[in-house]
Amino acid sequence: MNAALLTLAALPGWSAVVDALLLKEHNTRVVVLGVTCLGLAAGVAGTFLLLRKRSLTADALAHATLPGVALGFIVMVLAGGSGKSMPGLLVGAFVFGLLGMGWLMAIRRTTRLKDDAALGIVLSVTFGLGMALVKIAETTPGGSAAGLDRFIVGRAASMLEAEAIWLPVAAVVVTLVALLLFKELKLLCFDGAYGATQGWPTGLLDALLMGLVLAVTVIGLQSVGMLLVVALLIVPAAAARFWTQRLGVMVVVAGVIGMVSGYLGAIASALFANAPTGPIIVLLCSVMFGVSLVFGARRGVVVRVARHVRLARRIGRQHLLRALYEMHEGTDGVGHVSRSRLMRARSWSAGQLRRLMVRLVREGLIRRAADGSAALTEQGRVAARRYVRNHRLWEMYLIEHADIAPSHVDRDADAIEHVLGDAMIERLEQLLAQRFPQMALPASPHPIDFVDARETRPADVR
Amino acid sequence: MSVEVQIGVWVAVLGSLCAVACAVPGTLLVLRRQSMMGDAISHTVLPGLAIAFLITHSRDPLPMFIGAVLIGLLTALAVQWVQRLGRMDSGTSMGVVFTTLFALGIVLMSGDLLRSVDLDAKCVLYGNVDAAASSIILKQVAVPRELWTLGGVLAMNALLVGVFYKEFKVSAFDPALADSLGISSRAMHYLLMTMTAITTVAAFEVVGSIIVIAMLIVPAATAYLLTDRFGWMFVWSVVFGVLAVIGGTVAAVTVPTWFGYTATVSAGAMAVAGGLLFVGVWFASPRHGLASKYVHRAAMSLRVLREDVLGLLYRLEEMRVVDHAEGTPRFLRRVLDAGPIASRLALRALERRGLICATAGVYALTDAGRDRARRLVRTHRLWESYLAHHMHIPVDHVHGSAEVLEHVTTDEMQDRLADETAQPMYDPHGKRVPPAGRE
Repeated sequence: MNAALLTLAALPGWSAVVDALLLKEHNTRVVVLGVTCLGLAAGVAGTFLLLRKRSLTADALAHATLPGVALGFIVMVLAGGSGKSMPGLLVGAFVFGLLGMGWLMAIRRTTRLKDDAALGIVLSVTFGLGMALVKIAETTPGGSAAGLDRFIVGRAASMLEAEAIWLPVAAVVVTLVALLLFKELKLLCFDGAYGATQGWPTGLLDALLMGLVLAVTVIGLQSVGMLLVVALLIVPAAAARFWTQRLGVMVVVAGVIGMVSGYLGAIASALFANAPTGPIIVLLCSVMFGVSLVFGARRGVVVRVARHVRLARRIGRQHLLRALYEMHEGTDGVGHVSRSRLMRARSWSAGQLRRLMVRLVREGLIRRAADGSAALTEQGRVAARRYVRNHRLWEMYLIEHADIAPSHVDRDADAIEHVLGDAMIERLEQLLAQRFPQMALPASPHPIDFVDARETRPADVR
Repeated sequence: MSVEVQIGVWVAVLGSLCAVACAVPGTLLVLRRQSMMGDAISHTVLPGLAIAFLITHSRDPLPMFIGAVLIGLLTALAVQWVQRLGRMDSGTSMGVVFTTLFALGIVLMSGDLLRSVDLDAKCVLYGNVDAAASSIILKQVAVPRELWTLGGVLAMNALLVGVFYKEFKVSAFDPALADSLGISSRAMHYLLMTMTAITTVAAFEVVGSIIVIAMLIVPAATAYLLTDRFGWMFVWSVVFGVLAVIGGTVAAVTVPTWFGYTATVSAGAMAVAGGLLFVGVWFASPRHGLASKYVHRAAMSLRVLREDVLGLLYRLEEMRVVDHAEGTPRFLRRVLDAGPIASRLALRALERRGLICATAGVYALTDAGRDRARRLVRTHRLWESYLAHHMHIPVDHVHGSAEVLEHVTTDEMQDRLADETAQPMYDPHGKRVPPAGRE
């Protein structure tokens, strides 16, 4: 593996890198501009595609463009041209993309096959047709079809300036159309059925979205290639999803990720002669996806784990306070409870219990004795009393309104009391407070037996 | 046999082996709605080969094979991980994973090291069944390596499905039931993914890693439109797979020559042939085909139209207004809002059955026709009474529903309906409900 990386690492000089980054060379400028705009358009269109859960449709559309490219070439050669005219090839690609889309929709609507099979059929059959036609194009007398390959894996460096100049224009147009239809596409993505009942032409909007996706695909054929342009549509949008819950922000983030990947990828391909542009752009996108997956501010793994740990900690704290309170309920004192007794009350490990206690001692809610036993402080008693009350109110509620047996409510109340929102709890407390005077602590509706929690299990079952 | 024909036969033999080997996992993929997983796995054959080569530094087939299969499995696992970790839909997660691996594969392959051993993206993507067949002929190999590989994979697939037939069946149709019966649908999923990975790796050399998808999905999807039975789906998949291969092999040589070109690649033509078979079955399948659905619907609407004609003529008789101006086909058509062809077909069918007869271009009911018509009108008016009195639907709304229901009401239902509505003399609009028999 090292050997391959070394061959890639035949690094260009520092000044060459700076020149490329600042777009000093005229040749690279056009290409880089084109690919950057492509990244932007793909990010924006891809966001809607992702939210519509149609990501892989783009893959099928991209494969469907191959026969269009080959047929475009053959037709142009037959018409007496060289077959190299880029607009001609791309028009062919667009037309076949539309045909593929039509076929896909027809299979979806009129058969019992599911989406996945429809995609697989369109993708593989059109690509097969494309392969056969490319072979024919290669043997067409009067034209050299050697360049058709670049549409499959993409080679930005091979773009001519005259060809490349209108790609950024097309990409910007796609972006603008997507932004102008922002409200309509938003409705389509989040509640298409509602949109239809409001009289929006959702079928048309869906087709339009697919049209935008197809346009991005066709624009990306030359630089990224048909097998990977789908990544440019999916990956930046998927990465953006981890950062925000708002569509507007997501569109911007996805567009920026696409742009940065396109920009850096195109420059890398200008610096390394062998480096294929498309794959490098895609790998850059994937790196950003990985970073977003882990560190994303909204749905990233780190944030979610932290949220989970906080919740678990809060629940543990409430459980510990409640256990300490209930173990001395009835007696007026705030006596000590031994560690082993506490450990039996819940399925805490020794370490978990110690950490919980340290935290509560720091908050001044409990006192610890030298032998490891603990007792509530006065402040802790107030807090614990609140949690116990909360728990018992819940139990009452479940018994009265949800018809759950008294012997079962303890666990169910446990599951609810920590997770409901404040507004909900307030409402329920109001409901229950009418029945129980303020701050009076209702008695537990079931016997509490902490001492032999484990040993009494079989008796319960019986 | 000429050399060309011999090559063609080998192409068909190798392709058929591929198709049959693919039919087994393909059927399961389509049933489990995971066709695109086949797509994702087959795309990652490329990075699999590159990585295997970079680790072992040899072009020995076995390590390459194992490497590619492992990367294929890793793809399946990674799709699940990313889906769970990122809480995204499976399509997006697949799209992220396979494009990343594929891009990695191409970057690795463009390194000088791999270029030096002539392992390039193009041959992985396209495969080359034609070259394989030619080299078999040229080198006069008795039993070529591809035959062993594909045969072995085919045998393995058949054996696995044979052994786990019931388990696959249950977990394909009802994963929850499978789990409750003690069959781990997760284990079946990964078994299928392993099968898919091994099959795509074995087949890529022959048909390329994208046409493999055509062999996995297209025959199975075609079979799915033709049968509702699990076992038969395998059979039909094999049949369509082999037909597509043979059709493709022949078409690749013949079709381009019609337009003055030389032969094209067989693998591509096989995919196209498979696609055409799919389209054919899509239209013509007796149960799920477009044509049969259309015919069924047309027959239904013709029957409704015939019954409407009878009902209309009866009502006209009731109003005693049948005369030359009104029994004409033109009038009937206008009242019933029917097309010219449909109404002509309906009138002709009624006449042939002796339910109506025409005198000088004006239609009237025969006695038999009047019996049928009376029953229809009776049903209609009974339904109106029922809807108005039992379901409390406003009187001005009952006609439309009764119009629909009268065409699907059996004699038995009509009797029950009359009992339920206490044998009414008049319907809610005040029209007479005709008696069950002749007056």
